[in-house]
Amino acid sequence: MPLIDLANPRRFQQLARILIPMFALAAAILIGVGLVMGFRAPADYQQGEMVRVMYIHVPFAWLSLGAYTMMAIAALGTLVWRHPLADVAGKAAAQIGMAFCFLCLITGSLWGRPTWGTYWDWDPRLTSVLVLFLLYLGVLALWRAIEDPNRAGRAAAILALVGFVNVPIVKFSVDWWTSIHQPTSVMRLDGPTIHPSMLTPLLISAAGFLALFLTLHLAAMRNELLRRRVRTLRILAAAKAKA
Amino acid sequence: MITTFRAVTARDLKLALRVGGGAGVGVIFFLAIVTIIPFAVGPDLPLLARIGTAVLWIGALLASLLGLDRIFASDQDDGSLDLLLLSHAPLELIAVAKAVAHWIATGLPLVIIAPVLGLMLGVEPRALAAVSLTLLVGTPAVTFIGLIASALSVALPRGGLLSAVLILPLAIPLLIFGVAATNAAVVGEIPFGTPFRLLCAITLFFLVLGPVAAAAALRHVRE
Amino acid sequence: MRLAVEGLTCIRGGRKLFRGLSFGLGQGEAIVVTGPNGAGKTSLLRLVAGLLTPAEGRVVVEDSVQMANELSHFVGHLDAVKGALTVGENLDFGRTLLGGGGIETDAALKKLGIGSLADVPAQILSAGQRRRLALARLLVATRPLWLLDEPSTALDSEGQRTLIQLIVEHRASGGSVIAATHMALDISGAREIVLTGEGVD
Repeated sequence: MPLIDLANPRRFQQLARILIPMFALAAAILIGVGLVMGFRAPADYQQGEMVRVMYIHVPFAWLSLGAYTMMAIAALGTLVWRHPLADVAGKAAAQIGMAFCFLCLITGSLWGRPTWGTYWDWDPRLTSVLVLFLLYLGVLALWRAIEDPNRAGRAAAILALVGFVNVPIVKFSVDWWTSIHQPTSVMRLDGPTIHPSMLTPLLISAAGFLALFLTLHLAAMRNELLRRRVRTLRILAAAKAKA
Repeated sequence: MITTFRAVTARDLKLALRVGGGAGVGVIFFLAIVTIIPFAVGPDLPLLARIGTAVLWIGALLASLLGLDRIFASDQDDGSLDLLLLSHAPLELIAVAKAVAHWIATGLPLVIIAPVLGLMLGVEPRALAAVSLTLLVGTPAVTFIGLIASALSVALPRGGLLSAVLILPLAIPLLIFGVAATNAAVVGEIPFGTPFRLLCAITLFFLVLGPVAAAAALRHVRE
Repeated sequence: MRLAVEGLTCIRGGRKLFRGLSFGLGQGEAIVVTGPNGAGKTSLLRLVAGLLTPAEGRVVVEDSVQMANELSHFVGHLDAVKGALTVGENLDFGRTLLGGGGIETDAALKKLGIGSLADVPAQILSAGQRRRLALARLLVATRPLWLLDEPSTALDSEGQRTLIQLIVEHRASGGSVIAATHMALDISGAREIVLTGEGVD
């Protein structure tokens, strides 16, 4: 189906009605399998049972960055190709991405506490995710501040693209900052080598969370379209009432 | 086009000088920040000297945030923004012209006053020079980031608060390299040139991104 | 300059104010846009000026590579006057910004009846004087298309006569005018577009 067909909100709602349960089921299965395998895999000799948080924390990290990328692509769709649903997709990506980012920070903090004795230690990866979180908050603040959805969509798209090109710069500068302040940086488990018995459940779990993301994303898009429909109806009703 | 550029910069400078609340308030705010830090931290000079360069950079950054949202808001309020969009000169060029004027009026005073405030924090002379240099290179970048935020929030009430939220994450690399370069000039573990050159690179990056994104926002986001 | 507007649709606040609006405008011609408040008169002018992007349709300048925004003067509700600058400085800036080519600042001010106010800070002007200053901008930079949004607001009867005179002279030298007004503006030989706010007429 060509992308332009999806431009019709009604077609999209029909598609969503089919896809959402499918993705939800896939998510449930994959996450379930991934976590079960993860619990079966050997506990890390340094960190004990807490390492299992990795199966949730790492997918959240990957997906929050993936969601930002999706938001940037949607932004191009809004500004360059003028696809009617692009800004709806972008807003949904911002909302779900921010939630995943927040959960990444929480799980990272919970992982750190029993392992290294502190809830937060400004390590490069977690700090980068924190800045990504701030960028998400900025985009969502802009969405909230502008009442008209179309204008808000264009503004958020520009900001998303600006943020996107800045992400590599921020990542580089945070890594650099860590290296000059903590010459012996803490080695995290998810470093260059992960034992294969942990890798497989991690990837399955990640696939499951991807399916979860898509489920939530489609649902969020559907809700946003309904929200806009309500707004239009309210405006029309108000106009009729005046006459 | 050069004449238009000069005309826009000259006009904005005239307005900044004649209408109160620009440079003066920024400098006072900078002073206020530097003043309240010791009340929180204690009048411990060695400690203040250690964090002094960081305090100066944070103070300059926050003081810059004060007026950045007004870059385009004042023109929006009286209809002048429409006029700017009708010019034969590219909107990006006009944005640069406005940023230059804004920096001269509000950013440059901060750069000049920073060494004086540094003395209050016990920052040593070599670091004072380094702070001034890094702020001289870094504050224009903050202005250019501000262009984007101001353009996006141009017609919004309380756009100032939103602008600050949008600017700060993007300014983090500037803060990192600015303070690192300043400290490098003193401590010497890493050569001053490395973070300083990175700071210059980021400023050049925003010199391009700022006007382009701001012009796009002004064209597509306004009503 | 020939202007062609094709299939223009305007959506404001979620409502379609007009749809599929098309018209052409040639040298020396004039259009008056009428309709109640909120019908989209200002929006139409802003769309033609390029200050607004249309939901559908386009605005085309047929005989020039330049876009409509570089070939129009726009006089809107707000006068685009900076209070902290003098009257003369305001006008000089307008001239430079919009490409110049018109008459001298002092001559323009005199024509609009505010010649004695050249060195006065603009913030002490009355509403009518500010409107005259905005109109003086039309004279210091030559642009073929004039887009005037309620231009006679705040003008006394003498000011309105001057305005009509300016329009007549502009059209005589090949310029075109689109004026939006909900009062009667006596522009001879002008076509009328009536916006009702619910469709197109």
